[in-house]
Amino acid sequence: MKTEFTKRQLRNPDTQLANDILRRCVHCGLCTATCSSYVVLGDERDSPRGRIYMIKEMLETGAAPDQSLTTHMDRCLTCLSCMTTCPSGVDYMHLSDLARKEIETRGHRPFKQRFIRRLLSETLPYPKRLSLSLTLGTLARPFRSLIAKMGFKEIVAMLELLPKRAKRAAEFTGGGIARPRGPQLKRVLLMTGCAQKVIRPAINDASIRLMARQGIEVVISKNAGCCGAMDQHMGREKEAVDHAMRNFKAWQALEEEDPIDGIIMNASGCGTSVKDYDHLLSKQKGIAEEVKKFTDKVFDISEFLINYDLRTTEQWTDLKIAVHMPCSMMHGQRLTHQPFELLQNAGFTVMALDEPHICCGSAGTYNILQPEIATSLGTRKAEHIKRVKPDIVATGNLGCLTQMSHHSDTPVVHFVELLDWAYGGPCPEGVEHLQHRVDRLKTTENGN
Amino acid sequence: MGIFSKLQEKIKSAIPRSVIRDLSEVLKPDQIVLDQAGLQAFETDALTAIQVLPFVVVMPESTEDVAAVARISHKYDVPMVPRGAGTSLAGGAIPLSNAIVVCVSRMNKILDIDLMNRSAKVQAGVTNLAISAAVDRDGFFYAPDPSSQLSCTIAGNIAMNSGGAHCLKYGVTTHNILGVKLVTAEGKILEFGGPFFDPAGYDFLSLIVGSEGGLGIVTEATVMLRTKPEGARPLLLGFETHEQAGDCVAAIIGKGYLPVAIEFMDKPAIKACEEHARAGYPLDVEALLIIEFEGSDEEIDASFQQILRIASGFNPVHKRIAGTAEEAEAIWLGRKSAFGAIGRISEYLCMDGVIPLSKLSHVLSKIAEICNSYKFQVSNIFHAGDGNLHPLILYDANRTGEFQRVEKCGAEILELCVMAGGCITGEHGVGLEKRDLMTLQFSEADLINQMRVKLLFDPNWVLNPDKVFPLELAETFRRDESASSDGESA
Repeated sequence: MKTEFTKRQLRNPDTQLANDILRRCVHCGLCTATCSSYVVLGDERDSPRGRIYMIKEMLETGAAPDQSLTTHMDRCLTCLSCMTTCPSGVDYMHLSDLARKEIETRGHRPFKQRFIRRLLSETLPYPKRLSLSLTLGTLARPFRSLIAKMGFKEIVAMLELLPKRAKRAAEFTGGGIARPRGPQLKRVLLMTGCAQKVIRPAINDASIRLMARQGIEVVISKNAGCCGAMDQHMGREKEAVDHAMRNFKAWQALEEEDPIDGIIMNASGCGTSVKDYDHLLSKQKGIAEEVKKFTDKVFDISEFLINYDLRTTEQWTDLKIAVHMPCSMMHGQRLTHQPFELLQNAGFTVMALDEPHICCGSAGTYNILQPEIATSLGTRKAEHIKRVKPDIVATGNLGCLTQMSHHSDTPVVHFVELLDWAYGGPCPEGVEHLQHRVDRLKTTENGN
Repeated sequence: MGIFSKLQEKIKSAIPRSVIRDLSEVLKPDQIVLDQAGLQAFETDALTAIQVLPFVVVMPESTEDVAAVARISHKYDVPMVPRGAGTSLAGGAIPLSNAIVVCVSRMNKILDIDLMNRSAKVQAGVTNLAISAAVDRDGFFYAPDPSSQLSCTIAGNIAMNSGGAHCLKYGVTTHNILGVKLVTAEGKILEFGGPFFDPAGYDFLSLIVGSEGGLGIVTEATVMLRTKPEGARPLLLGFETHEQAGDCVAAIIGKGYLPVAIEFMDKPAIKACEEHARAGYPLDVEALLIIEFEGSDEEIDASFQQILRIASGFNPVHKRIAGTAEEAEAIWLGRKSAFGAIGRISEYLCMDGVIPLSKLSHVLSKIAEICNSYKFQVSNIFHAGDGNLHPLILYDANRTGEFQRVEKCGAEILELCVMAGGCITGEHGVGLEKRDLMTLQFSEADLINQMRVKLLFDPNWVLNPDKVFPLELAETFRRDESASSDGESA
């Protein structure tokens, strides 16, 4: 597509990057059909192509982002389905990051929006604050209609989505090392996330057990924390970079102690961001090479485990598992088959859902900031789940897990919880009622 | 600014203001686009070299909404430009500055599926592929498959009488539409055809299909469904020259074989498509044919043997039969994404000429000569079986004057197609891009007769008015017509 930037504009590296991305787009429109917001809203402005065009105009004229661009960018789920579809390889991810940064730094948001966004940015990434706000949230729940009347639909959405605090406390907390019982084959760092630790710590517990059982030493750094994705998607680049730098330093420290073979992600939304640290940190001087060295060994846990022979499962079951692939796995990281294969090898009957490329509406903080569209998408996904009648839905990201648990009657768990169960771990929370459908073949951990 | 010109400005802006006021009485606020940034998103389609900012875009949700908009357009004599998904390569959906853009993308519901009678009734904004997806589990599909079928709407397919790879066997849109509901320029709702094969009386349906939104705005369609074949697999044949591939196609068709599809891609296209689809295309051949047959495994294999026998006369250097459904899928994903994939290399102008198959290899070498003389690189991707060429002329859109040169180069190619006994559009339609080239194909008398038909449906010339016909000729014609009708009434 033709662009109209002056030479001076192109001296700004962000504008140069935008120009390179825009020149690739031929405006063919294929992306519209697989866009999660366009399928719901049917409006060109809420499609990737429409947004790309509006971003182009904003950057070319140099005008501050207006209300219209802000609205339509806010409605983008960043599911990146468009990038899987796009035949010419338009890098929508980085273009939308640029646009969001522009909106955050040069646009105008009403006080209420700024307040909510700040609130999210200051709570969700910090386990202690999140934990406290969950308690406060539970207390505030009865006052939802009052809050709605005050015009804070986002707060209401947050309260509606409020997960019932996990009944099971975390088995592993803080930093430390889980050593395999047998010979050690690999040493990996597990990123335990931020919100995940509070909302469903069982995911980390299951990941640690699952890997340790395979002879993988699992290290958790107490200095690593939130990946920064949430801030980045809200256009708060500085905060995102701060999070990324802190993690990078934590990795460096670990690597100095004893080299690590992989950085393992069990929340795919975070995985997409962490894999892109070399881009996010590209403006930090003198560390490019080392950052790249780390990002090259970031793996989703499914991507990592698929290369292991997980040995014979310890159970016999007729449970049917529908796999919901998070957009961050399918589109962000282009992982398509790994969870299916792992679950199948573990003895489950695995099923796919219709429209797998469409987002469930979770999308980070989207279901809080855009409750109406998120609800349409959540309901749509729940219908697809209903059609295939699975016993359990398995997914790979905490956000999807929360969103679908809210919209579907079928229990939703992380696939690592099911894998851990199949190879000797405990039954995942929420599916205890299905335990009778599983015959344990052996009773001891580590089987043979 | 003088008082007089200020007054003129005021009168000029008064019409749009009244139109918008009336529109907001019949539509919800979120169905009307007025903001500058938003309107810009609608200023072009897949022919991005041309942009015109509309003054308003509406997104109707029902036939009644469209009719209400049309009545307002009629009341103020304001043109309407219909738009589906905006994937036209001929600028069919590019707005006019004084037009209401009627975008049917929200009318995306499947209204009724009647498998017993092999038909489906859909709203016009349904995407082509969504129809097949809705009946896939029952073993049916909708046959015409333009490469943009993932996103293009049935409304646009009807407007342009779209084709596609598999139309060699199944025919183009007009052969697969049973009925339409449309809104006229005055806002009346008409229906042509229905869920049966041969309606009585004049075949108005065939007139509507391919009329490029110039006779009415189609809001619903009844489409023909077909039963899915037992199986389908493509064969890949690579050649060292375009001519060999072209001659091979002519020989296959000439000997009486009718594959479901015969597609042609040249080297640059093969490379770009491979990058996107990872289909395992051969990267060292100059031309690649994708030949698909349907039926049982035995039938398909037998057909492939016959094709391979014919092809052996043209020295194919690469032969591969898709073994699995996944391989076949990747092969088609690559082909169908070709226009987008070329974006990896450069901007382009996509041509859409048709020629008799016997002239294929001659025309291909002539196209190379023409593009060479302009120093443009060309990439050929097309439906070879029915002689529907798509030379993509690659150019740098950011260089001043290049678009004008590329348009001239394209015009020469289309002239070549007409000289070879073919025509200037196979499936993309005339739109804005080729309206002035219509004189290559038709005499003035022909065009005047065509415009008379439009005038019957659209007496005020408000439906997609600047498309299809050469601008000057259309203006003269309308002046003459109104003069003669004034004469009659006097």
